[in-house]
Parts: sequence; C-alpha cells; structure tokens
Amino acid sequence: MSFAWVTLDTVSSPVIVASDLVKRYGEVVAVGGVSFEVAPGESFGLLGPNGAGKSTTMRMIGAVSTRTSGRLEILGLDPDRYGPEIRSQLGVVPQSDNLDEELRVRENLLVYGRYFGMTRAHVSGRADELLAFAQLQDKAKAKVTDLSGGMKRRLTIARGLMNDPRILLLDEPTTGLDPQARHILWDRLFRLKEQGTTLVLTTHYMDEAEQLCDRLVVVDKGAIMAEGSPSSLIRRYSSREVLELRFGADRNAEMADRLRDAGDRVEALPDRVLVYTADGEGELARLTDAGMRPITSLVRRSSLEDVFLRLTGRSLIE
Amino acid sequence: MTALDAAPGEQLRRVAARPRRFGAWYVAEHRLRVMRSYVSTVLIGAVGTPLLYLFAMGVGLGALVSANLGPHAVDGVSYLRFVAPALLCTAAVTVASEEFTYPVMLGFKWNPTFVGISSSPVSPGQIIDGMVIAVVIRLVATSAVYWLFMLLFGATPSGAAALSVLIATLVGLAFGAPVMAYVATLTSDSGQIAMLMRFVLLPLTLFSGTFFPLTLMPVYLQWIGWLSPIWHGTQLARIVSYGAREPAWLIAVHVLYLLALFVSGWLLARRIAKGRLYS
Repeated sequence: MSFAWVTLDTVSSPVIVASDLVKRYGEVVAVGGVSFEVAPGESFGLLGPNGAGKSTTMRMIGAVSTRTSGRLEILGLDPDRYGPEIRSQLGVVPQSDNLDEELRVRENLLVYGRYFGMTRAHVSGRADELLAFAQLQDKAKAKVTDLSGGMKRRLTIARGLMNDPRILLLDEPTTGLDPQARHILWDRLFRLKEQGTTLVLTTHYMDEAEQLCDRLVVVDKGAIMAEGSPSSLIRRYSSREVLELRFGADRNAEMADRLRDAGDRVEALPDRVLVYTADGEGELARLTDAGMRPITSLVRRSSLEDVFLRLTGRSLIE
Repeated sequence: MTALDAAPGEQLRRVAARPRRFGAWYVAEHRLRVMRSYVSTVLIGAVGTPLLYLFAMGVGLGALVSANLGPHAVDGVSYLRFVAPALLCTAAVTVASEEFTYPVMLGFKWNPTFVGISSSPVSPGQIIDGMVIAVVIRLVATSAVYWLFMLLFGATPSGAAALSVLIATLVGLAFGAPVMAYVATLTSDSGQIAMLMRFVLLPLTLFSGTFFPLTLMPVYLQWIGWLSPIWHGTQLARIVSYGAREPAWLIAVHVLYLLALFVSGWLLARRIAKGRLYS
C-alpha cells in the first residue's frame, strides 16, 4: 500500500523512514534494528565510534546495500525495488574520495552529471556553478591528484550536488582534514542547509555534529542509544558544565572515590576525573575549600562527548 | 488503489528513465574520455604495431620462407597472407588485455571510480556494459587501422576481407570478457595480472596457429589452439581473407565458441560487479 507519488511532492512527510532496519553479514550484525525518520530540510546525524554501523546504514539509505530485514523507505520508495530512482534523487559523499584521478577536476563533474541523464549543456553549466560553490574555479583544469585533501572533499561534495539532490548523504565528511579545511567545509555545508537541502551525515566528531545537525541519533554496536537535538541530548544526559580535574595518573581513581558526592555525577577516566555540574567554577571553589588540590583544573561546557560517555561508558574516539 | 498504483509508476520512471536506458553509454563516454588521457599510447600502438609486425613477420620472415618453400608455401598462399590475419587477431587480443585488466582493477580497487558511479542511478551491470562498449570502439578502430596497413602491405585483398576487422574485434572480446570477470574478483593484485599476460596470453599467441598451421604442432599441444579464441578467430579471418578452406561445422564452432566466451565472460562480470558494488 504505497503512496509513493504523494511523498515525492509533499513537503512535510519524512524523506527517510527506517524501522527495525537490520543488516547482517553472515554472523556479523552490522546494524541491529535501528528506527529513525528524517524530515525534509532537516540536517540529521548518525554519531558513533568506528564500527558502530553508521556507514552500513548510509549505504542502505544510498540504495547500494540491501537490508537483511526491517522497513526502509527513501522518498516513499523501497530501495530494493526503486534503486535507480532513489539514487537519482541523492547526492553521495563517501568516506574516502573516489574521484577519477585520470581526469581533470572539471571533467570529474562533467562525467558524473551525465550519469543522471543530464544533457551535455546542462552538465557544463552546472559544473561551473558548483566549481564556484566549492571555491575551485581556479582548479578547473588541475589534476585531481594535485588537490589538497580539503579541496578533494569539496570537489566530491560538488560532484554529489551535480544532480541537485533532494538528500545529501555525507559519510564522515571531515575525517582526516586539518582544522582550517574543516571550517571551510562546514561553511559550505551550512549554506546547503540554509538552502533547504536535507543533509544526512555520519561523524565521530562531536563538534561537527553540534555544528551541523538539527537532530541526531547516537549509535553504538549497531543500535541507537539516544535520539534528539544536540542541546536536548546534552540536557538530558549531561549537566550544563563539566569540571575536569587531573590529580596524576595514579591518584585519579582514589580521588574520584573521595569526590563521589561532588556535582550531579562523577566519572573517573584513566587520565582525569570529570565532575558533572551546573556550576563548574562554584564546584571547583567548594572542592578547593574542602582541601582538594588537583594538578590542573578546567571548566568547560558539556558536549556530545559527555553524552556518549554517559550512554556507553566509552569515549567516542579511542 | 489500482489508480494510485499506476500513478507512481509513471512519475518514477521519469526520474531515472534516461540512466536506466543510457547508463551504459554514459560509462562508455567516461571511459573514452579517460582513454583521451593516454591517446598517444593508443595511436602509437595502433599504427606502430602493424608496421612493426607486418614488416618483420611478413616481409622479413616471409621472404625467407618464400625463398625456401616457394611463394605459396603455407596453406596455399604466401607467408605474409597466411600470417597477417593471425597478427590482426593477436593485436586485438593485446588491446583487450590492456583494457580489461588494469582499468577494471583500478575501477574496483585502486581508484574506485566504479564505487562512485554505483552511487548514481547507473547500475553495476551497466558499468560493465559501458566498459565493453568503450573497448569495442577501441577494438574496431585499432583493427581497422591494422587492416588498412595489411592492405597497404599486400597482405590482404580488399572487399569482403574487411570483415576481418569485426572478427578481430570479436576475438578481442572473447578473450577480454572472461579476463574482465576474473580481474573483477581480485581484491588485490599480487602479480596475478602479470602472470595472466605471461602464462596465458603469450602461449595463446604463440600456439594458436599464429605463425604456422596448428596441424604442424604435435597433437598433444594442439588443444591449446582448440581452447584459444585467437585460433578460432584467426581461422575465420583466414577464410574471409584468402579463402582458407574449413568444413562448415568447424566454421560454426569457431563462431559459436567466440560468442560463447564473450557472452559468458560478460554476464559473469556483470554478476561479480553487482555482488561487489552492492553488498
């Protein structure tokens, strides 16, 4: 009972619906029954450590990997049946660039646009627009191998936008880039978001998720641990501020025990003790008054890293 | 309900109608554009190979054979006429072995452009089809140039003998398509492709009735020729070139064997590509 044609043109219904989505490779469960929806124009994130099942989920959404069980609809369509139709509406930025290194920068856009059935004239105009968007006009004739990592990513994003996609899938868009290149990329993605492009991205960087995602799910070991906007997740699973204390590697555990009642909650890590509290400075003053003498102390805002730690007991980047 | 079911079908077909129909051609366009980056190699190969081989084998070796055994020494014709159709088929197989090995390895693994293409509406099967189309274009062009040189050297009559160009193309595909299927299964190249060139391509070139009739070889080696697409194709090319005589059933075997190798290799490659790109 599919009303696919309705969803193709209706703005408010979700563009992605996944329920109990499972992917197994033999005995290995890569994705173990995840459910989520993505609304049009939304910027949706899958946050989790390496091996959490993010990329597999992305490949299923991208209609290049068939699900083992569960329901999946992209733009109201079943990817098992309408793979080419779904892919014609997607832009895909894979984790590792697969630009054609035997072609020049602009040529990569030209050949890729053709795969969507665009005319040569249309492809040519669109390539110039997107080279400008990706700030690569000067590199149109350059060899792909001569581009920096950040430029290659931008070219891959430009390639993914050739067909003016309804949904842009980004698998770890800034992994391996230096901070400056990441900020340029975030700025470009933010523009797309403002233009109303639906973004679905995976990341294991908290700052990236906080920058770009309206809403995200935290995934670990193929399952969803929590869902919400970055700020609501932080509110729900963490405190407003975090006081980080270092007492030296051999004393952290012992001090954490003595700090049991400090703040809302205390987390002992091998290298530091985290005190979750609404008021970091106040807490630090109280502890100092009580005679605690940390080697270093730092008050910071709570982040998604803390949410992840709370949910899984582990750090995001090992 | 049925009215609603009919509607999405039509709207959907539109969004991916062109890639569904022309996807393979887009891949071929892409390949031809890549070939432009090594166009000088393609041209030098297309012109240099026939020049060198026809001169060395036909004129050089041919003069020696004629001097010793007379001007109709082999299969009732001059050595040059006898060897030229074989050289043409061998050249086609060489081109196919270039195009169906490293570019395939490159697309799946080293510079995984096939992975990129499979994110578009174009399917893995169409990627394989596109590779085949592009190679057919290069094979026809290269073989046509080769054949013109043969004509120039007096190694072939004109007219219907031009069919040799299509036969050579088919030979290239009959060898290349199964090779493509094999290379598509490789997850790393630790010398398999080089081994293929040395221990499959080279013996096939030498023992396929190329430089001397297959029947001159000891019986226990003749099976190499029977399995070799180069032998089957060369015999066909000799028939259209100088009217070499073969029984009708054997002609049918030549054609069917070449077609079977090509089609089975092609379909297998499509299946392997699908398994590999859609996991």
